[in-house]
Amino acid sequence: MPSLARRNLLHDRVRLVVTLTGIVFAVVLSAIQLGLFVGFQRATADVIAHAGADLWVKSTGVTHLETGVPFSERKRYDVLATPGVADVQKHIVRFGQWRKADGGQESVMVVGLELGGSMGQPWNLVSGSLQALDQPDAVIVDELYLEKLGIRGVGDLVEIGGHRAQVVGLTRGIRTFTTAPPVFTAFKRAQDYTDVAEGETPFLLVRTEPGADAAEVAARIRTRVSDVEVVTERHWQTAQERYWMFGTGAGITVLIAAGLGLLVGVVVVAQTIYAATVDHIREYGTLKAMGATNAYLYRVILEQAALSAVAGYSVGIAIALVASRGSQAGTTAIILEWPLAIALFALTLVMCLGASVVSINKVTRIDPAMVFKG
Amino acid sequence: MSSAAITVSGVSKVYGEGPTAVRALEDVSLSVARGEVLLMMGPSGSGKTTLLSIMGAILGASSGSVRINGEEIVNRPQRDLPRIRLEHIGFVFQGFNLFPALTALENVALALDIRGERGSTAARLATDALASVGLAHKAGAYPSDLSGGQKQRVAIARALVGDPAIVLADEPTAALDSQSGRAVLELVRQLAHQRKRAVVLVTHDHRATEYADRIVEIADGRITGATDSTGVAIGSSL
Repeated sequence: MPSLARRNLLHDRVRLVVTLTGIVFAVVLSAIQLGLFVGFQRATADVIAHAGADLWVKSTGVTHLETGVPFSERKRYDVLATPGVADVQKHIVRFGQWRKADGGQESVMVVGLELGGSMGQPWNLVSGSLQALDQPDAVIVDELYLEKLGIRGVGDLVEIGGHRAQVVGLTRGIRTFTTAPPVFTAFKRAQDYTDVAEGETPFLLVRTEPGADAAEVAARIRTRVSDVEVVTERHWQTAQERYWMFGTGAGITVLIAAGLGLLVGVVVVAQTIYAATVDHIREYGTLKAMGATNAYLYRVILEQAALSAVAGYSVGIAIALVASRGSQAGTTAIILEWPLAIALFALTLVMCLGASVVSINKVTRIDPAMVFKG
Repeated sequence: MSSAAITVSGVSKVYGEGPTAVRALEDVSLSVARGEVLLMMGPSGSGKTTLLSIMGAILGASSGSVRINGEEIVNRPQRDLPRIRLEHIGFVFQGFNLFPALTALENVALALDIRGERGSTAARLATDALASVGLAHKAGAYPSDLSGGQKQRVAIARALVGDPAIVLADEPTAALDSQSGRAVLELVRQLAHQRKRAVVLVTHDHRATEYADRIVEIADGRITGATDSTGVAIGSSL
């Protein structure tokens, strides 16, 4: 005996298409919005996540990466002398002005790193090398922003903060949440490109000794070094993400759009499943008259909803994955990873099963005596 | 004839309450034996469909007693009634009530599916039931591809496949032409006599009288007379 639910679904092709369209729309909209959310979230804190530091030292009261307040770089030695600390490097993340060859200007995020160190470096290099940053005025930018920055690639000359800069390398996929593309350069040069004075640094990157507890080392640094805050990489990353995603409202907007997508899905699916139930009401009445329990009828309706969810989700997530793949070439990434895809499947299933509640209520009230009424 | 499959004693049915209450049945008593075809006739609104619904454990009686295979069903909790219908009763409807998305064989197998019977045994039972109504060759056909008579025969196979003691048929020939109607009535009589089913037919179709063992006339919610198939009055309806 084949599934009555499946047969009913396939029997009415037009309704099936309407139902699936609603689910696909909801899945695509939700997947893309949630993927954008994840993409934005990553972009806000990528520099922290890839810095490779266990701890970050920053001025007291600094809430996010882009507003670091410089402090004396001599504190580096106090930090380095703290038990459990293996390495400390100065680090700059600060807005600067990029002047294009045609005279136009763009804001950029200057990331200054200590050459020869192992923290705070650019990643995903596709052209040039890190060693090239040793060259005078050398900078590395991401290939996503070549057009925005008015350059064609390695070798181009520009100005940052009134100082000469030459592109010596390209990365792939290092995005910014703001409109300012990241520009990696040597620490000393970053001081020139920004307003960080000689002898100061906005951040210290700390690597702890193998086996050391980062939280304990942070506590020790706090007792030894005044006027700074010490945060773990995870804590700093979370603070950064929260600031941009929720402090600015940007993330909320994206999440609301995702929620609306699901809501639209619920409404469309509820309407189509309800309409299908009403159309088949005599069949449900016949089943009841034949002795089917309400539980049997619920199973038919829920199975229809679940089958719709699986089919709609499969098409929807495939479209979203294509969109995600396409977004990799752009400055706004839609990141769809397995945990999100699985969570979205669960949401779709809940959405479709939830949308069946009205129909279940309807069949519960069917009077089987209706089958004798002509 | 063997013992009673359905016994209805002093059954009344009242719809609504107070001054607007409508008495659909008034002190009705009758019984149907296994192997018997009982025909219930009467004008529209006489109460025959209400009585059929009560006998089918679909509708509750306001008072009186209804025994299905000896089991009292009046005042039973609503949740018990589906099981009683499933175990004891097969239904044949005026409009066939087949499922358009299922083939003839699957429509028959659906009655077993409701009982939780699936797999090869269920498939064999459904095939046998369809063969017993002469439609083995239409197993894969959808209702839309069947004639009215064939649809009703599929519905009869569906009613029989669970091996119920009782078959209740509501206007089974109303949607059929004369020839198909007679074929269906003959089939119904055969299954009653050969397979010892108690069959209750509700119909306006006077052709059905020649296929019935007993004819009960209902008017204004009361049994007004009973005759045998030759038209001889048999007095008591019980």
